[in-house]
Amino acid sequence: MLSVRRKAVNAVMLGLTGICTLLAVGTLLFILGYLFVHGGTSLTLNFFTKLPAPVGELGGGMANALLGSAKLLLLATCIGVPIGFLGGVYLAEFGGSSFSFVVRYTTDLLNGVPSIVIGIFAYTLIVLPQKHFSTLAGGIALGVMMIPIAIRSSEDFLRAVPVSLREGAMALGASKTKTIFTVVIPAAKAGLITGIMLNIARVAGETAPLIFTAFGNRFWSPGWEQPTAALPVMIWQYAISPYADWKQQAWSAGFVLLMLVLMINVLARLILSKRGHVVR
Amino acid sequence: MAASSTTAFNARPSGRVSAFWRRLRSGDDIAYVITLTCALTILAITALLVFELYRNSAVSREKFGWSFLFSSTWDPVAGQFGALPFIYGTVVTSALALLIGIPLGVFAAIFLAELAPARISNALTFLIELLAAVPSVIFGVLGIFVLVPMLTAAEPAIRAVLGWTPLFSGPFYGVSIFSAGVVLSVMIIPFIISISREVIMAVPPEQREGALALGATRWETTWDVVIPFAKKGIMGSIFLALARSLGETMAVTMVIGNDPAIHGSLLAPGYSIAAVIANEFTEATGDLYLGALIELGLVLFGLTIVINGLARVLVLSTARKGAG
Repeated sequence: MLSVRRKAVNAVMLGLTGICTLLAVGTLLFILGYLFVHGGTSLTLNFFTKLPAPVGELGGGMANALLGSAKLLLLATCIGVPIGFLGGVYLAEFGGSSFSFVVRYTTDLLNGVPSIVIGIFAYTLIVLPQKHFSTLAGGIALGVMMIPIAIRSSEDFLRAVPVSLREGAMALGASKTKTIFTVVIPAAKAGLITGIMLNIARVAGETAPLIFTAFGNRFWSPGWEQPTAALPVMIWQYAISPYADWKQQAWSAGFVLLMLVLMINVLARLILSKRGHVVR
Repeated sequence: MAASSTTAFNARPSGRVSAFWRRLRSGDDIAYVITLTCALTILAITALLVFELYRNSAVSREKFGWSFLFSSTWDPVAGQFGALPFIYGTVVTSALALLIGIPLGVFAAIFLAELAPARISNALTFLIELLAAVPSVIFGVLGIFVLVPMLTAAEPAIRAVLGWTPLFSGPFYGVSIFSAGVVLSVMIIPFIISISREVIMAVPPEQREGALALGATRWETTWDVVIPFAKKGIMGSIFLALARSLGETMAVTMVIGNDPAIHGSLLAPGYSIAAVIANEFTEATGDLYLGALIELGLVLFGLTIVINGLARVLVLSTARKGAG
């Protein structure tokens, strides 16, 4: 017979696990709700079309920061995705055992390096020799962050393709390269695209590596050689400013950034689940 | 492919060269070299990263030596730089985050893996993984505008319960080591939950069936059989969370109070390594100041590399596929 005490412990502890889950999920709903109420409601069209207003004036928007973030992400994707993807192809298709282990381990370590340290890296590499902040430096910082994530996700999705597909193609006389590019990669397409989207969503919210690379700008930033505003950095600067109007705009910007990031996340997972891949 | 077979039959005198060209034509070697180069890039970047941090912190390393790590003076005007207040802030906030995050995260993982029906578990895990995707600057904004006022309002209650310890004494301005720890805990919980859940779900069902058949309650089965089985993986998730919280910048800098001093109380403001780099890097004048900040980056890098390395070993040794 179960003692009353054991039954009680069972019920209490199981109940506690449920409460902890509720707390964790509740936090997300709280964040979404709070940002929606404070940021979503005060969002205006000006936010997307106007430059920031001069200090002391009310209004203005963050159009330059939106464009700046888009440029930074474009550059980062152009650097991070090809290198990461091909590196992933190497690990999944060509790699030997010990060298692959070293690459994989280094990738995981680089992935764990704090983003602010990556910022210092880009600063010493580009800003110091050039002696000025630039979109280029910011994009490279984000690109470096994307490489390890891209390597690991593309390796995982390529590995999930059944070996029988490769064998079939090779039995028909295709070379290894032909097999990889016409059979394996198309089969893993949904996963690869998901990986890239999640990767972009992750660096889109990065603030720390941009502070002393892209720096910030209250005006448009033409080309790649000038400092540029970016949405996450703008949120930080506005949130810690002493002006009520700026703080309000930080809420709106936070709302926009969060919606963007969450939308990419949801979309990416939808693409994956549609294709019936349960691989993660 | 037809081209490569014709060249094969055009026997040329220089056999080795033609064999090389043939292999290149078929593309395998080109693809091998290109993808290998990309894989090598990651090693090159990591090596370059270490080299740049080391080289650019030379001024500070030469001037202060090892005392940099143990000195608590941070005075840019006098050119005196010591990392201790920042190391203290980083370690204490992360420890606080783990103290709050581990029980919450592991318990939630138990619920999701052991109790909840698959559909509910998957839906909730999806929401929790979204929580992990929220950018850190958003946590910072919520930290200063929501959490800090909430903690200020709850100050009497906190003091009533914990005020007898020296850790919760002294004045409280809202921004503090404690606030930073709370924000960090919210940020790391999703990592602990999603990895721990996977590790717990990987425990073979026979383990549970055996314990249940012997008359153990559900909780006893989970706590005495399943959790010990998944222990290493859960430890791995905790180390990963720790590495993440050590390097967390934006959320911390917005709520920690940015005061480069060591106060004993958790309610006092502090500073973390990442936060001081974020705040002072652009205004650092002179090579020594910049060098000291880059050396702080090197310290942070070393700290997270060690923790991450441990985490990977632990996670790999339980689940063969590393989570991350």
